[in-house]
Amino acid sequence: MDITKVSALQLSKAIRSKELTVKEAVLAQLNEIRKREPLYHCYISILEEQAIKRADEVQKKIEQGEYSNSLLAGVPVAIKDNICTKGIKTTCASHMLSEFCPLYDAEVITRLEAAGCIILGKTNLDEFAMGSTTETSYFGVTKNPNHINYVPGGSSGGSAAAVAGGEAIIALGSDTGGSIRQPSSFCGVVGLKPTYGMVSRYGLIAYASSLDQIGPIGRTVEDCTAILQIIAGKDEKDSTCAVNTVSPSLKAIRQSIQGKRIGLPVEYFEEGLSKEVRIAILKVIEVLKECGANIEEIKLNTSIYGVPAYYILACAEASSNLSRYDGVKYGFRASKYEDLSELYKETRSLGFGTEVKRRLLIGSFVLSSGYYDAYYNKALKAKNILREEFHLAFEKVDLILTPVAPTTAPKLGESLFDPLKMYLGDSYTVPVNLTGLPAISVPCAKDKNNLPIGFQLIGKPFAEQEILQTAYQYERTVQKGEK
Amino acid sequence: MEITPETIEYISTLANLKLKEEEKVQTKKDLEQILEYIGIIQELDTKSIEPLTHIVQQKNVFREDEVKESINREQILKNAPVIKEGCFTVPKAVDA
Repeated sequence: MDITKVSALQLSKAIRSKELTVKEAVLAQLNEIRKREPLYHCYISILEEQAIKRADEVQKKIEQGEYSNSLLAGVPVAIKDNICTKGIKTTCASHMLSEFCPLYDAEVITRLEAAGCIILGKTNLDEFAMGSTTETSYFGVTKNPNHINYVPGGSSGGSAAAVAGGEAIIALGSDTGGSIRQPSSFCGVVGLKPTYGMVSRYGLIAYASSLDQIGPIGRTVEDCTAILQIIAGKDEKDSTCAVNTVSPSLKAIRQSIQGKRIGLPVEYFEEGLSKEVRIAILKVIEVLKECGANIEEIKLNTSIYGVPAYYILACAEASSNLSRYDGVKYGFRASKYEDLSELYKETRSLGFGTEVKRRLLIGSFVLSSGYYDAYYNKALKAKNILREEFHLAFEKVDLILTPVAPTTAPKLGESLFDPLKMYLGDSYTVPVNLTGLPAISVPCAKDKNNLPIGFQLIGKPFAEQEILQTAYQYERTVQKGEK
Repeated sequence: MEITPETIEYISTLANLKLKEEEKVQTKKDLEQILEYIGIIQELDTKSIEPLTHIVQQKNVFREDEVKESINREQILKNAPVIKEGCFTVPKAVDA
C-alpha cells in the first residue's frame, strides 16, 4: 500500500481488516515526511513521538472493538497550525505565538481523537491565515509539490501541499476568504468549506469570526465527506454553531445527479479569468452534463463588490480579534519598553509581520469615527445584498459552478509586493464566506506548467450533500474515462 | 483619497502599532491604493438595505449554567512572558 497515494477510507479499512497496523501506517507516513519535507516544507511541527505513541493506543482500542463505527479509525491527520492542540505548539505561523502552547483542544481535535484519528503534525499557513500564498509565514514558505518554484496557495497552503505532496493523507484547514478552496485548487486536491455554523470554531484562533470556518482537505470527495461527518455538528462551546445539521453519508453522496440544475454565473467568466482555467471549466460542464445535470447561465450582478466588502469586514474583525496580543497573557513580549503603552506597541510591532500589520491598519481605518458608515456599515449592507442575490439564484438552480481562482498558482515571490493584486485573486471565493454558504474545490485539469486547476461548486446553506454528491459524480466519471 | 500623516498616526495608535518612517511611507501608499479600490463599494445602492451582521439567524442561544472543569492558574501562567507571585506582570500603569 502506497501511503502517498492511498485514500483515508482505504487506509482505515486496511487497518481495521488487519492488513497493517496503525503504527505501520504512521511510521510509513513519517518516513515520507522525512524524505519530502526538506523540499516542500509543509509543516511547522511534526509530532513524531506523540503520533507513534498514540498509534499504539488506537491499535489496542481497535483490537478491543472500539471505533467500530468510525470509518477513519487509525488515520493520521495533519492540522493547520491555527487550530488549538492541547500542550502542542500552535503558532498561527507568527512570531507572536511562536512558543504558544494551548491549554485545551479545539472541538474538532477532540472529535477526531474520539473517532480514532491520529494528529500527525501542524501545518504551515500565512501568518494568522492572512494571505493567499503561505509566503507570509514566520516559519518560511511552503512550496507547491506540483512545481516547487510556485506557491501552494493559502492560507491553508501547508495542509493542501501536504495532501498533494504525499506528506499527509488528509488534513484540516480553515477558510475565511478562500483559504481551503484556493490552495486545494493550486495543489490539485479536494477542499471543502462547510456552511458557516456547520463545524464548531471552538479552539480555532480567530481571524474574522463571522467568516472563519474549519473544513477538510483530502485526496478524494469521499474522504472529505467522511471527515466532515466526524467534525460537524452542534457544539455548545460555539454559540454560532448550528443546532440541527445533518452531515451527509457516503451512501447519500453516491446518488445520481440526474436532473440537478447547475448555474453558471456570467460574472465569474468575464475579464481577468485566464484562458486555461476557462477551458478547464468548460470541460467540467461537459462532464456534469454527461452525469445528467442541466446547466444554465445565471446572473450574480453584485459579485464585483465581494472583494471590497470582504477586505473591509475581514480587516475590521481582525483588528478587534488581534488586539488580544499585547505581550501580557501569552505570546511574545518585546524586551525594551518604558511604560505599559510602549510595551503593547513594541510587542505588536515586532511580533506581527507586514501583511498582518497592513490588515490591522486597514481594519482600524474602516472602523474609525468618520469612516465607519462609509466603509464598515456599507460592507455589511453589501453582504446583505449579496446574500439576497444568492438566495434568488438558488430559486432557479440547485448549485452554482465557478472557477476557484482566476489563474493557476503564481511563482514564489510574485505576489508579496502587490497586495491589491493578491486580494483580487480572491474574487471567486470571498462571496461564499460573506454569505456563509458551503463550497468545494475539486481538481479538474493542469496547465502547461503542470500546475493544477480546480472548479468550485457552491450550494445552498447546509446543502453539503448536494455539493459532495455532484463533486463525487464528477470525480467518478472522470476516473472511469481514464481507465 | 489622500492619506495624511495625521491619519497614519491616528490609525497606528488605534491599532497599537509603532511604525518606522519607511513603514509610514509604505502604509500611506498601500492604504491609498487599497482604499481607492475598496471605495467602489460606494457605488452600490444600499438605500433601505439593513446592515447584516449575523449570517446564521440564531437568537438567544442558551445553555445550562453548570460548573465544569476549568483551567487552573498555574497552567495559565505558563504561557505568560513575565509573571510574579502568581500574577501577570506589566510596567507600572498608575502613579502613586
